[in-house]
Amino acid sequence: MYSFEFERPTTIDDAVAALSRSGAQVIAGGQTLIPTLKNRLASPDVLVSLGAISELRGISVSSGSVVVGAATTHAEVAHSAAEAFPALSGLANNIGDPAVRNRGTVGGSIANNDPSACYPAAALATGATIITNSRRIAADDFFLGIFETALDEDELITSVEFPIPAAANYQKFEQPASRFALVGAFVSRFDTCVRVAITGAADSGVFRWSEAEKALTASFSPDSLAGLSVEADDMISDVHGSQAYRTNLVAVMTRRAVAAC
Amino acid sequence: MPRDQGIGASSARREDVRFLTGNGRYTDDFNVHGQKYVHFLRSDVAHGRIRSVNTLAAAAMPGVIAVFTGEDLEGIGGLPCGWLVTDRHGEPMNEPGHPVLAVGKVRHVGDPIAAVVADSVAEASDAAEAIEVDIEELPAVINMAAALEGGSLVHDEIGTNLCYDWGFVEDSREAVDAAIAEAEHVTSLELVNNRLVANAMEPRVALGDYNASNDESTLYTTSQNPHVIRLLMGAFVLQIPEHKLRVVAPDVGGGFGSKIFHYAEEAFCTLASRRLRVPVKWTASRSEAFVTDAHGRDHVTKIDLALSKDGKFKAIRTSTLANLGAYLSTFSTSVPTWLHGTLMAGNYTTPLVYVNVRAVFTNTVPVDAYRGAGRPEATFQLERVIDKAARELGIDPVEIRRRNFVQPDQFPYATPVALEYDTGNYPATMDKLVEIADLDGFAARAEESASRGRLRGLGVNCYIEACGIAPSNLVGQLGARAGLYESATVRVNATGSVTVMTGCHSHGQSHETTFPQVVSDMLGIDEGQINVLHGDTANAPMGMGTYGSRSIAVGGSAIVRATEKIVAKAKRIAAHLMEASADDIEFADGVFSVAGTDKSVAWGDVCLTAYVPHNYPLDKLEPGLEETAFYDPANFTFPAGAYACEVEVDTDTGAVEICSFAAADDFGNVINPMIVDGQVHGGIAQGVGQALREHAIYDSNGQLLTGSYMDYAMPRADDLPSLVVDHSCQTPCTHNPLGVKGCGEAGAIGSPPTVVNAVIDALQRGGYDVDHIDMPLSPSRVWEAING
Ligand SMILES: Cc1cc2nc3c(=O)[nH]c(=O)nc-3n(C[C@H](O)[C@H](O)[C@H](O)COP(=O)(O)OP(=O)(O)OC[C@H]3O[C@@H](n4cnc5c(N)ncnc54)[C@H](O)[C@@H]3O)c2cc1C
Repeated sequence: MYSFEFERPTTIDDAVAALSRSGAQVIAGGQTLIPTLKNRLASPDVLVSLGAISELRGISVSSGSVVVGAATTHAEVAHSAAEAFPALSGLANNIGDPAVRNRGTVGGSIANNDPSACYPAAALATGATIITNSRRIAADDFFLGIFETALDEDELITSVEFPIPAAANYQKFEQPASRFALVGAFVSRFDTCVRVAITGAADSGVFRWSEAEKALTASFSPDSLAGLSVEADDMISDVHGSQAYRTNLVAVMTRRAVAAC
Repeated sequence: MPRDQGIGASSARREDVRFLTGNGRYTDDFNVHGQKYVHFLRSDVAHGRIRSVNTLAAAAMPGVIAVFTGEDLEGIGGLPCGWLVTDRHGEPMNEPGHPVLAVGKVRHVGDPIAAVVADSVAEASDAAEAIEVDIEELPAVINMAAALEGGSLVHDEIGTNLCYDWGFVEDSREAVDAAIAEAEHVTSLELVNNRLVANAMEPRVALGDYNASNDESTLYTTSQNPHVIRLLMGAFVLQIPEHKLRVVAPDVGGGFGSKIFHYAEEAFCTLASRRLRVPVKWTASRSEAFVTDAHGRDHVTKIDLALSKDGKFKAIRTSTLANLGAYLSTFSTSVPTWLHGTLMAGNYTTPLVYVNVRAVFTNTVPVDAYRGAGRPEATFQLERVIDKAARELGIDPVEIRRRNFVQPDQFPYATPVALEYDTGNYPATMDKLVEIADLDGFAARAEESASRGRLRGLGVNCYIEACGIAPSNLVGQLGARAGLYESATVRVNATGSVTVMTGCHSHGQSHETTFPQVVSDMLGIDEGQINVLHGDTANAPMGMGTYGSRSIAVGGSAIVRATEKIVAKAKRIAAHLMEASADDIEFADGVFSVAGTDKSVAWGDVCLTAYVPHNYPLDKLEPGLEETAFYDPANFTFPAGAYACEVEVDTDTGAVEICSFAAADDFGNVINPMIVDGQVHGGIAQGVGQALREHAIYDSNGQLLTGSYMDYAMPRADDLPSLVVDHSCQTPCTHNPLGVKGCGEAGAIGSPPTVVNAVIDALQRGGYDVDHIDMPLSPSRVWEAING
């Protein structure tokens, strides 16, 4: 780890001000950032902690949506969204281990946009809105590629608004070592449409599987997916699975998610 | 009746209190006043010629005390190899040097190029980044077959990447070929024994502390054998005589073999402390552990098994490429040879065996012993090819093994690969397995799995192990550059409590609990009166440490011998006190009595008399009650067993779930059944890890692709079902005083083929034409085998 200054603001405004300093970076739960720092793969001059900003924490449930403060931990989501949005709660409850879930945050996961992370699939499949200190960004416009988002340099996610689908399910096939998603499929059935988001699989990161969405919107049943497949060339190939394997997992996990809805 | 003390009792682990309450004292917990910290600058390329290393800027950085490169260590010995293998043609192996810091070339990612000693870890790391290294990258030698075909050389001076071409038994070569050519049936299999990283929970640590006032060095290190390190490092690397060198290996958080070996960092910290006159400490990061701890296994084998039509084994022939990595780690050369070839007879009466091993240098981390060391490699090939043969001949896998077992009345049994098994009862362990694994109920369980869309498979497997490698004069002939005895000092204190000093080392084996159980039985005193010291060359007699499941069989025997001497002397003291002849003294339950009389003295009185010798035969007997014994076994011990595993395969994803696992082991006599259960549990977990998860994968440039837990998959608790283990079949070892055999590695030896056999069985039952998948059987590999 290289040395850095540490700021611990108590309001969003102060945090935004601190972020305008040169070389400043947000630290939320630190579950991604701290290992990166320890391996000397990042060298921020200033770390701006979100840990003391109470307005960034908590969950509010209304009839149509769940709004989660950016610094809300996975454990809090697992607990507080259990009734209103069980698929989201279940997703949160299966991230990492208890230590990770009690430190890691929704905002951190979405800002980081790891290609194998779970939350981006939930955000994309529900048509969530990413709310920052300066604007509202539709999930469809937010995830730009692996580890890339629409966030500006010193922009802070303050909350994420997840619409609650009529039915939803997330199926995660775990990568054997990290237990991140080797492939994760989040399926949301709304009254007028179905949205399917796939994480872990593609070179370009989380994506919507529009062919499957169309078929499922026409008829919401696992059988509607018969014969459908994503493009193998777009898939990741690594020591944990070939493109063909991931292509298969996308179909299997999506089918299972639909069946479980 | 279960006992609550002594041999056979499941005495609670004394170590637990300290470890579970955070009171263990691991090597990194040792800190010496004024200590400095070292950071090793390591090669990030697999193979290259060092053009220059410029340390000037680094040396000027804040907090830096010194920067060393390989050139600064001129005159310092290289790290020695502890086993000389002689090849098929009678020639000694190629034995290239292994410098403490790289000289001239770097040979694997992680090879240390320079070392910075500074006031803090951070300053040492910062300065290491300021070292300018100019390396001319060379093509990396990774694939073993390609390495033997010429091209780039890991060690230019030996002119080849071959360390040795070993044949065993060379005289049988032609007979084996002929038997295979003439056989009614030959089953062949090509397989890979995957490369593993030991991943002990505690990363390695070395702390060198030189005391200039008496010219004494102390090394605190994460070692399984502190005396071996003292000898290797003192005599061969740094030329420090033993009386000036103390090696302390305190609580060590797991080793699995990887902490047997003498590592460069130990020598460096000891040397740097002498040169700089400050204590020097190094603690590995986990990332460093991945590229510096010796790896395990990494064999590629072709095996042929010749059989008669009715499944009798006629001959076995194997041809193996064994990866040694970039340098010869301490015992690396013995693993693919003597620890592997000698086990190829397994539990069976195969009359002819020929094993060929070519050991190869590559630009990868050195490979050495890892839990089981050679024996898992042998068992895996043998039990996989037997399973395949059973399928080809239409014989039940249990039945084909039974037809070939060495029978109970054949012991002692001389195998065609040099070993003489003293005892065993393989049909009995198989019977026990059939019972505890409920093999008869498999069909019903398979049907139930099918109703859930899962394929269920059953894998059965036997193993034999050779523990407590010995005797020293034999292993010396085989090339060992060490003895393989063990030592113990039993010190009876004046008031009757006992301290046992053992040359073994416990890093998870529970010696502090087990060894007192033995002494307690022999002396008839409470276990709580006895404690064990180990891990410090300053208090224990010269011992060889703990590996190869040797501690109870060899170390325990040394304790018995020393305790026998104690009893003999105590009887003489008692005889004096009771004015009787020593021959008439009987000793039981802590009381000495004169045969046929009601005269007796208690243990405590005798002990006190030994140290307060007012009424004592000083003219005939020395005072005190302390004895040392060295025990050199007459033979190996041969634990054996039969394992069964049931799996479910999800054919949509290739995921494998282990539904049940049963182990019927014969460990001879068992001192502490609970601890033995735990050793078997751990071994099975590790074997399941190898079978399904773990894999150190290098790319063609020599980068370790699975160099962290993000990609290197360790087995986790939820990967395992509740394990059914049984060691009630007991054929005691005939040549050691406790009749014990050793249990530390059995699980890791027996389980990988069991799991693979089960997965293949599931696929075959599902109609898939798959007869082998290389480990680890990860979901993607299983899926690809199904869809390939
Ligand atoms: C062992 C382990 C297992 C894991 N398993 C999973 C898993 O299965 N699935 C999964 O999805 N994830 C998993 N994770 C990742 C985990 O969810 C992390 O918590 C998450 O990716 C990052 O959240 P954080 O709050 O820790 O962010 P940090 O590490 O603090 O920050 C991550 C990045 O986001 C930025 N950032 C943080 N908050 C904000 C914000 N509000 N606005 C703008 N930028 C911000 C930071 O600057 C940094 O670049 C795992 C992590 C670990 C260590």
